[in-house]
Amino acid sequence: MLATIMRYFWFFFCLSLLAACQPVKPWQRGSLASEQMQLYQGSLQSSLDDHVYFSKEAASGGYGVAAGGCGCN
Amino acid sequence: MKTLLLLLGLGISQLSFALSAGQPAPHFSLSASPANPALQLKDFQGKVVYLDFWASWCPPCAKSFPLLNQLRADLGNPDFEVVAINVDEKIEDMQAFLRQHPVDFVTAWDKAKQTPALFEILGMPTAFLVDKQGKIRHIHSGFRRQDVSALRAKIEQLLQE
Repeated sequence: MLATIMRYFWFFFCLSLLAACQPVKPWQRGSLASEQMQLYQGSLQSSLDDHVYFSKEAASGGYGVAAGGCGCN
Repeated sequence: MKTLLLLLGLGISQLSFALSAGQPAPHFSLSASPANPALQLKDFQGKVVYLDFWASWCPPCAKSFPLLNQLRADLGNPDFEVVAINVDEKIEDMQAFLRQHPVDFVTAWDKAKQTPALFEILGMPTAFLVDKQGKIRHIHSGFRRQDVSALRAKIEQLLQE
């Protein structure tokens, strides 16, 4: 009996944790789009770095989300 | 079976039911603040409205503002209005943006962020072209300079209806 209750408890506990996952709405991305939140500062420097990776290592991308996460198209 | 139901439930909760062309534009009412007057969609009844959702941190919005201002001036039609709703967290950000990109059309700050949720916008900027009957006729996501001519043609067509 106790085992069943505990099983239900853990099931609903895990479910409640999932409910805490909320997507960021497009109009809530102001802070994410700010300069301080960028992984790499300076677009010129990051484009030069990107060029070096691409020309020397034939690799590109993988530096974060597209468009800096601001939701801009 | 239980796992399947759980996954299905989670999947449904993530689905988005965005507005589409042909649907009536949801009614909204923004209360007055020190920076902007009270605003509601009803104020523009019988007009073609380009309802734009924008933010100061959105580069395409900065690009769109002078172009929209120019488009409005070029059309010079009293039956057409651009209404731009700002979704910034702080009103000061909106005011600084407007000092940098001054416009003649209506701008308003939505403090409670009710309107972007009501219109279920998926990115910034998103604009809704509303016809004289209050129906959404076109949804425009993002903004590029080359979009202006197509937008103008759509607006002119709606003005003739």
